[in-house]
Order: sequence, then structure tokens, then C-alpha cells
Amino acid sequence: MTIVSMTVNGTAASADVEDRTLLVDYIREHLRLTGTHVGCDTSQCGTCVVHVDGKAVKSCTMLAAAAEGAEVTTIEGVANGELHPMQRAFNDNHGLQCGFCTPGMIMSGIDMVNRYKAAGRELDEAAIRHELEGNICRCTGYHNIVKSIAQAASEM
Amino acid sequence: MHSLNYHKASNASEAARLLSGTEDGKFLAGGQTLIPAMKTRLAAPSDLVDVSGAADLRGIKVSGREVTIGAATTHAEVAANGELRGVCPSICDMAANIGDPAVRHRGTIGGSVANNDPAADYPAAMLALKATIKTVSREIAADEFFVGLFETALDDDELITSIGFTAPAAGAYAKFPNPASRYAMCGVFVAKGDDGVRVGVTGAGADGAFRPADFEAALDGEFSAKALDGISVKAEEMLSDIHGDGVYRANLVSVMARRAVAAAS
Ligand SMILES: Cc1cc2nc3c(=O)[nH]c(=O)nc-3n(C[C@H](O)[C@H](O)[C@H](O)COP(=O)(O)OP(=O)(O)OC[C@H]3O[C@@H](n4cnc5c(N)ncnc54)[C@H](O)[C@@H]3O)c2cc1C
Ligand code: FES
Ligand code: FES
Repeated sequence: MTIVSMTVNGTAASADVEDRTLLVDYIREHLRLTGTHVGCDTSQCGTCVVHVDGKAVKSCTMLAAAAEGAEVTTIEGVANGELHPMQRAFNDNHGLQCGFCTPGMIMSGIDMVNRYKAAGRELDEAAIRHELEGNICRCTGYHNIVKSIAQAASEM
Repeated sequence: MHSLNYHKASNASEAARLLSGTEDGKFLAGGQTLIPAMKTRLAAPSDLVDVSGAADLRGIKVSGREVTIGAATTHAEVAANGELRGVCPSICDMAANIGDPAVRHRGTIGGSVANNDPAADYPAAMLALKATIKTVSREIAADEFFVGLFETALDDDELITSIGFTAPAAGAYAKFPNPASRYAMCGVFVAKGDDGVRVGVTGAGADGAFRPADFEAALDGEFSAKALDGISVKAEEMLSDIHGDGVYRANLVSVMARRAVAAAS
């Protein structure tokens, strides 16, 4: 067992967990933040994406112990009184159907917009599709997800 | 996932020391290969020694045309490094197409090279760039390092510390990704260096990454896609699986090699 301490959505969190605990299990089972989903065993679907120190990572493919001291943001932490522009854009553009992939899509969407803005690069449709490589959606066919991210990119 | 003991190393020598004290431990870098393998119980190490935060294993140094990349440097860091792009854009572009953004934020060059997946991208780059793989105890030339499928010249518990190479005058990587996994069905890295053209092929060879000698000789004569007309690798020496048979992969090697040469020249 190891005591892991990190900041999750701006609040200090600490727990004594088994060393094998995945970050996603820590977030869901210990912190009861169940917005972060688990959709696969193979690190391919991206529904578990959270931000660790400002970068999108698959929380199913990282140990909680490896996030010691980190700043973690989950889908529960992006709204600030009102919906985040990325959340509003998914709403406006019908960017979801069942919603299972949506937390990961939104976390990946925010990450890609931040990175492209910081590098002064244009996030066009082709770039959004390339950046969504690690996020699988079984419902929408992606078109409205791409539209949602494009709208949010123009507002963020 | 089986239970395990987690250790965090702050530098290379501490990592080596921590691992030597374990029963059946492994280094953990980005975890983008090892953790999925542990989740499906294909791997069950007693201990993990996390090297991702080891300060002396991180970062990129460029001095003239000499490049050194720390083993725990992530794919995203390689892709985004401006100084490296200035001397060797081909390796940055290659890193930018490994997996997906979240994988690139965690996965490292050292983990990728140590794992030597026959469909991984870095082994092709290491061969073409005539890289040297530096470990805690020695330096290994890429030509000797990649031994076979998932097999390298590393001893058990030997830690890679950095990768070094001289940036080539021209280079490019062309990849045909598997449409589902995005790993390479075939990837060809071409580098035109001071002592000739080197070609590294991944994803296709039955024994893992390799250098096709005929391709290199032809490109030494004339560095153009046309120089490769009529030259091909042997289908019997290629991987043959549900994703594509040997004949298909042999053809992909030719096509990707031409694309890489066209992009580099
Ligand atoms: C969805 C997905 C898609 C991917 N797509 C691609 C792709 O398109 N192309 C590609 O090339 N790869 C791909 N990968 C693999 C990815 O690049 C991994 O990051 C990489 O193969 C392993 O690096 P790591 O740092 O994650 O290593 P880990 O998983 O931490 O370790 C892998 C192995 O290397 C050993 N190791 C790690 N560091 C060292 C070191 N410094 N010295 C000695 N041994 C060490 C470990 O003990 C372990 O055995 C993909 C992975 C995922 C999950
Ligand atoms: S749960 Fe599928 S990638 Fe993490
Ligand atoms: S909305 Fe159902 S999986 Fe994406």
C-alpha cells in the first residue's frame, strides 16, 4: 500500500491505496468521481482521458502512485459556474448520442485546443480528426464531435 | 492486474539499484505498453521501478548536428522540440504520428526501443539514423541492438539512459498504419548521412526491424524514388498475419520507401 496525494479538480486528495491501483480506479472508486469512464482493457478507447499536470492522458494506463503530487482535472472539474465552452459546443452541435465517450472527447478536445493555441497552429478539421485518433465513439460517426470541437476552438 | 510494489526513482543509478533489489521487477517508463500488458496479465512483475521522473533520463540536447535524447523523453516532447526539428525534422514528424496524443504524452523513446515491438516506429528510425543506444554500463549500436521480435541486446535489468545520433543531411519517415491499432503495417525511415544512405524498415519484417541492403545500395547511387524501380524485399522474409500476407507487406515496403525518399529529397 502507498499513500498517494494529488490535487483533483483544485481540491487536495489523499488515500492509502494498493500499489497496483490505476489512476482511473482511484478517481472512480476512491474519489467517487464517476464521470471518467472505462471503455476498454487495451488503452485504445480514450473514454478515461483526464488531464495530469495539464496534459491529456489515459487514466486507465497510469498508476495512481505515478500521479503523486500532480494536478489532475477530470470532466467534473472543467465547468466553472457555467458549462465550459467545449461542453456547451457538444450540446449545441448534438456532439453526443449515448454519451459514454463524451467525457473523454471533451477532455481530449480541451487538450488539443490548448496545445494548438499555445503553439500558434491552426486546428482545422483534418487536425481535429488526427488529434481524435485515441478517442472512439460507437454512436455518432464523429462528424458532430468534430464540429463541436471546431466551435469550441473558436470560442476558447 | 496482479499486486505489485511500486518504487519511484529520481535518477538512473537509483533506478538500477532499486530494480536489483527486487524479485522479478521491471522498469516502468510511460507504461503505454507495460500497463496494458499487465492489465491482461501478459506481464506480472513483482515490482515496478518508475523511471519517468528520473531527471538525468529526460530531455533533448542538440549540439551542432549531434543529438542526444534522454530515455524517459516522451514522444510528445520529441515531436514538439524546436531545436531538434531544426536539425532532424524527420524524427519529430515520426514521433508526432505514434499512437494518439494521450499515448504520446506518456510513452517514451527508451520504453519503445527497449520493447522492440515489430510494429513500433522508433526501431526503424534508430537503424536509419545509425543511432547509439546508451545504457548504464555500455553503448550499443542500433545494428546490434534490435535482435528479433520483442528481443534486444539488453541484459535483464539493463537500463537505457539515452539515445544518440548524428542528424542526417536529409531524412523522412513514411508509415502505413494499421487502420485499427495505428501501429505500423509498414514504416520506412530513410536517412542520407555523411557515409551514405541508410534505410530502416519496421512493421514488415518477420524478424522485426531491418535494413534492406539493396535499397541502400540503389539510393547511394541515386537518391530518388526512381532508383528503387525493380527492387523489392523477399515476401518470404516478411510477416504474414491476419492484417496482411508477406506479398502484401513486401509491396508496402517498396511503396513506403519511395514515399519516404520522395519526401526527403
Ligand atoms: C493505443 C496505443 C497506440 C500505440 N501506437 C503506437 C504506434 O503507432 N507506434 C509505436 O511505435 N508505438 C505505439 N504505441 C506504444 C507506445 O509508443 C509506447 O509508449 C512504447 O512502446 C513504450 O514506451 P513506454 O515509455 O510507454 O514504456 P513502458 O510501457 O513503460 O515499458 C515498455 C518496456 O520497456 C522497458 N523499459 C522502459 N524504459 C526502459 C529503459 N529506460 N531502459 C530499459 N528498459 C526500459 C519496460 O521495463 C517494459 O518492458 C501505442 C500504445 C498504445 C497504448
Ligand atoms: S478505458 Fe479505454 S483507453 Fe482507457
Ligand atoms: S456518443 Fe455513444 S459512444 Fe460516443
